[in-house]
This record gives sequence, C-alpha cells and structure tokens, in this order.
Amino acid sequence: MAEVKSAEFKSASGQALRDAKLQRSLEHVMEHFVDARASVIENDFGGESWDAMRERAAAIKQSTLDHLDYYLDLVDKNVRRNGGHVHFADDAAQANAIVLDIARRNGVKTVIKSKSMVSEEMGVNHVLERAGIEPVETDLGEYIIQLAGETPFHIIAPAMHKTRDEVSDLFRQWLKTAPTQDIKRLCEYARDALREKFAAADMGISGANFVVAETGSVCLVTNEGNGRMTTSAPRVHVALAGMEKIIPAWEDLALYLRLLPRSATGQRITSYNTFVGGPRAASDEDGPEEFHLVIVDNGRLNLLRDEVLREALRCIRCGACLNHCPVYRKVGGHAYGWVYSGPIGAIVTPPMTNMKAAKDLPYASTLCGTCRDVCPVKIDIPRLLLHLRHKIAEGSEDERGATWMERLFVERWGKAMRDRKSLEGQARLGRLLTKPLTRGGKIRKLPAPMVGGWTASRDFPAPAPRSFAQIWRDELAADVGRAPEPQE
Amino acid sequence: MARRRGSSSNSRRYSGRPQAGARRRGPQTPKPKFRAAFCATCLVDQFYPEVGAAAVKTLRRAGVDVSFPEEQTCCGQIAFNGGFRSHAAEVARRFLDVFESEEQVVVPSGSCASMIKVYYPELFEDDPETQGRARAVGEKTREFSDYLVNVVGAADAGSAAGSAPHQGLVTYHDACHLLRELRISDAPRALIGSIPGVELQEMADADACCGFGGLFSVKFPEISTAILDEKLKNIAESGASAVVANDCGCLMHIRGAMERRGMEARAMHLAELLAGDGV
Repeated sequence: MAEVKSAEFKSASGQALRDAKLQRSLEHVMEHFVDARASVIENDFGGESWDAMRERAAAIKQSTLDHLDYYLDLVDKNVRRNGGHVHFADDAAQANAIVLDIARRNGVKTVIKSKSMVSEEMGVNHVLERAGIEPVETDLGEYIIQLAGETPFHIIAPAMHKTRDEVSDLFRQWLKTAPTQDIKRLCEYARDALREKFAAADMGISGANFVVAETGSVCLVTNEGNGRMTTSAPRVHVALAGMEKIIPAWEDLALYLRLLPRSATGQRITSYNTFVGGPRAASDEDGPEEFHLVIVDNGRLNLLRDEVLREALRCIRCGACLNHCPVYRKVGGHAYGWVYSGPIGAIVTPPMTNMKAAKDLPYASTLCGTCRDVCPVKIDIPRLLLHLRHKIAEGSEDERGATWMERLFVERWGKAMRDRKSLEGQARLGRLLTKPLTRGGKIRKLPAPMVGGWTASRDFPAPAPRSFAQIWRDELAADVGRAPEPQE
Repeated sequence: MARRRGSSSNSRRYSGRPQAGARRRGPQTPKPKFRAAFCATCLVDQFYPEVGAAAVKTLRRAGVDVSFPEEQTCCGQIAFNGGFRSHAAEVARRFLDVFESEEQVVVPSGSCASMIKVYYPELFEDDPETQGRARAVGEKTREFSDYLVNVVGAADAGSAAGSAPHQGLVTYHDACHLLRELRISDAPRALIGSIPGVELQEMADADACCGFGGLFSVKFPEISTAILDEKLKNIAESGASAVVANDCGCLMHIRGAMERRGMEARAMHLAELLAGDGV
C-alpha cells in the first residue's frame, strides 16, 4: 500500500504555505475549477433542479451501499456472464497480487494505465516494477507525476502543482526532448512517447468511475482518450474498482454523468465516456481478449460498518470539495500525506489507514460547510469530520489520539462551565494571569504551548474587566419587563 | 481605536434606567409583544460584553422585553467541535436547564445558534429524552439578526440608531455557520442597510471562510492566518472602513490580525453598529 505520511500534516502544510510558486498554482487552478463549475450549474436539467439531482444521486448511492452485498453479487454474476473475470481483494497487498498474477500468466512486459485512484492506494506501479514489468501512466497529469516520482496532488488534477518549466525539465530528463514553454508542444512530446507505449503494451490497467450492476459494465470518464486506448488496445484489460463504485442500473449513468464532470472540471460532458462491457466478443474487431474486474476493499469496510461514516462511500471523486475548501486551497494535496486530500481525504484517510497516525486530518478543517454545499452526492462532510473528532477524543483505545494537554484543557473548561460560580472563579483567575501580558486591552504574546500560535499573527483580546453578566446586573437588569412598544 | 469596555465612563451608554416606581410592570405599562431570553455566549460574556450590551439595547429599542438568565455559561460548542462530546453534553444539559422555560432564546452568534439548533440533537442522539428537550429549545432559539428581522419584523431596527458608532461604507462578512448551517444572509444585510449614514459595500467572496474555525485557529495558526489573509485583502479592497459580522469568533480572529497589522478598518459586531448612541 502507498505510504501514509499523514502524521506530518503540520510540517508539510507549513512547507506548502511557504512555497510561493505552489501558492500561485493553487490560487490559479482552484479559481479556475470553482468558476468553471459555477458556470455550468443550471437550475433546470430537463425539469429537474441541480439540488434535486444531487438528492437523487445521494439516495441511489446510499441505497446501493446499504445493500452492497446484493449489488456485489449482481456485479459478479453479470461480469462473468459477459465473459469477464471478477476478483475481490481485501486489501492493497491482495489486489496487487491479483494484478501481478494476471500479468505473469499472460507474459506481460509493459502495462499502460489510465487514471485510477485505487491503483494509487495499492502502489501497484512499484509492485509491477519490482517484478520486471514496466507500468506507464497515460493520463498526462499522472504521467508527469510518475516521471517526477510523486503522488497525485489533486484527485482530478494530479499534476496541477507542476509548472510548465518543471514539466519541460522532466520531459527533457526522461524523454530527451528540447526544452519548451509551449504547453501544446509539451503535450505533443507526451503524446509521441505514449503512442509507442500504447502500441507495445500487453496489458491495460484502468480505474472505474462507475460499475453498473445490472449490465456488469465499467464506465470511465476521461478527457484525453487514454482511457479508451488502455481498455481496448492491449490483449488484457484489468479494471480496478473500489467496492463503493457500484451503481444499480444503466439509466443511473444519465444522472451521474451529468453531475460528475460539472462538479469536477466544470464541463457539461467530458471528451470521452467509455463503457466497457467485457472482453472482445467473436463478432468484435478489436478489444481485449481478457477482461478482469478487481473489486477492492482496502479499508472501505471500516467506513461501511460505521453508520455515520458510510455516506463517505457515496463519493464519486469529483474533487469539488477540494476546490472549494479554504484549507486545501492553502496547503494543497501532498500535505494530507496519502492518496486522498482535502475534505474527503480528511474523512477517508484515518479509517482507511490508521486513525492515530492521521488524527490531525479531521481537525484540519474550519467546518465552514462549503464542501457540503458543493458535494454532488450530498455528503455531510462537516458532520462526518465531527464524528471522527469524537472518535479521536473519546473513542476506543485504537482510535484515541487527543494529547494530554487537550484533555486537560477540556477538563478545566468543563469544570469552569459547570455553573456560573465556577465560571466567574475561573474568569477571575484568567484576568489575574493575563494581566501582566496585557497592553491596551490586547495580548500580543500568549505563552506557548497550545494557544501560543494564535498570537504569532494575531492579537488576543484581554478578558473584559467586567463580564457581560456583571454589566447586566449593574445596568441592564432593571429594565426587564419594561420594553417600550416598537417605534413607528 | 481601543475597544470600548464597560468602563465607568462608557457605562452610561448601556443604562437608561427606569424611573423609580416604574420598575415593575404596572397596569399602565403596555405588555411587550415580544419576550426573549438573551444568551450572551461565553465569548461575549468574558471578552466582548459591549456586544452583549449593544444587542440588548437594540432588542429593547425594537420592542423586545429582554431577560438574561444569569445562571448561563456556554453552549458547549468548543468541546463538541473538539470531539469531547461527553464534556459538551454536560454543559449542553445545563444550557437546556437554564433556557428550557424561556419563550424564546436570542443568541448574538451564528455558530452558537447552530450548535443549539443543529448539533444538540446530534449530541444527544443516544438520549432520546434530552434530544427531545434539545429540539424544543432549538426550535425557539434564534440568531440575533434573524430574530430581529424574521420574528420581530424589525428589518429597520437600524433606523433608530441615532448616530451610528461608525459612518460610511461598511462591508459584511458572512460567518460560516450563520450562512451555511442556518442559511441566514439577508437579515444582517437588511439591518445594516437600515442605519442612517451607513452604506453596505459588498466585498469579494463575502461568503468565504475567514479561517477562524474555533479550535482550528489554535491548532493550525499558520493555515488559519493564510486563509485570513484573503479575507483581509478583500476587506481592504472593498474600500469599507469597517467589517461587520455576527459572530465574535470570526471577529476575534479578524480584529486580532487587523490590530496586529495596524489596519485602519475596524471589525465590529452587527449589534454594535445597530445600537448606535441614541435610545
């Protein structure tokens, strides 16, 4: 499985904040995505509003998740009926073993890949490389980060943090091309290099945006055409799908194919919608001889089993919550330390990897709620983050990760808020302790730890000499029951 | 400019004591149409009492009989957002005890109002009886601007402000929970617009988070400040000389940075702007 570095969120986010070039890329790309999305959210989609579509999309996915055993059986049955093979993998290691086994049995030397987030979870490229098989990413963004040896920065724009100069340098290093600032030219370099790989590859590995249960088909949504090449040119096609990717019926695609591109890139439709129905039939002129669908758990059951967290599995990986998140827009994708970033990454990473190691992520949110408003499947992201915080503060031994200082703070707070007398006692103490630090009603430096970070950039107000309760008693209480009639 | 505190020189601002003998409502006193218990919130109580006093003054001027249950402490939001639900529940239970018997509860904070209205039922999901009580209290709890405009019908509450403490262009920051938990955005704008001598000047991305986020601002001060930088830029570019919000959390954060950076614009609660000088 891909390495989990979420424990380093604080230092990694600090680094990102100080990287001026990265900040410019983030501002530019995020603004583009937000504006593009806003421009295609019409109020009427053939009599159905955007919100009504979201509601329906949420309900369909939720009901599928609530009856996942049934739908997994149905997918299994229908893919086999189409002549394909279905594999179930509990974790990344098992999924990698399945892929490697298929590759070895088919004498595969080169694998072309279209974009797949599950494959990032699995770290399948490393596994293939170690076995002497060459994996080549064919989505342009993924190709760039593969050459750079990095992980995706964003769910749908994995290389958005790379400037054209950096891409030119990478291509010069790996493809021996001439340096250029011309983006079209850079695309041509990649296209030329990838053409050879497409022609030579023995096996294609794709993801799956949707797996349609009633037909046993896999749907891919891409803009570059590489998905179609990956699924049709090589002898063997392996589709990797998280177990949450199932939708019940073919007609449901009409709904999700409206929501996904609009939410993701702000397109009404992507350049390619590819539907894979299995291996080549006798009457087909092309297509793979073998088709495998690998359905991966890899921690998803931890989400499915939790009544509150389950709805996170509705996610269709559009990235809208990242684009609209004030935190993601500042720290970018790598700070989150694993495959998924932004609000949805903060939710799925701890239960899918390690609650303790990723305990900072659910707190790395202002709970502003913008993510919930833009989510095409109406995941109540703030509520789920709060649920995870509850686990981290008061959950089981495996989940708990609050520091002793945080526990001490909340204990003291609880005692102070127990009744008015305790509160006023604590407030007196607070006034006394902060008095030496106060200048002109402000505190410019609070002693670390915990609260010290606040005053690095902001003044902190000194406690008021008289509480509101005191002012009430002194000046306001006498007027109760005497309010004048509203003025004309 | 230093923030006003309830110092003796300023205390006249909040008084308007009744004539002796008129303290108890007699038959000659008209019965107020609206009666509300004021929940000050812990931040206002301990750090911004002038906001509470301004809110009470504004409410009274709009014809509301305001009371202040003196046993109140906090709504519990800080512990709830930290994940410490058992601690939050204790404090929330106390909140219910204090406010349950009131006709209506008015809170000068979008996030505290959200805690009570939206998250109390979640906090007590394993305790149906308390959850029922929480829902009932949530029903009658309203955020300050929402209450003034949508319950009292006093969208013009600022027209009686006399000389507002601030004149000219004012910009409004949508506090996240007020906007995206309670969906309130028109009421505060209407109130600002009703103040003579004050003009609302919208800033870019008024509805974007300021980066406060409660605990977030303490746990991740660098990220919190980086988000705030955008807000301060938008405030400055709006040309307004004051930014108004309905949440002292956002205001503590915004004002703290404005003061540190020596910015000219002021950050103030809507109630302060509305209260004005005149009664």
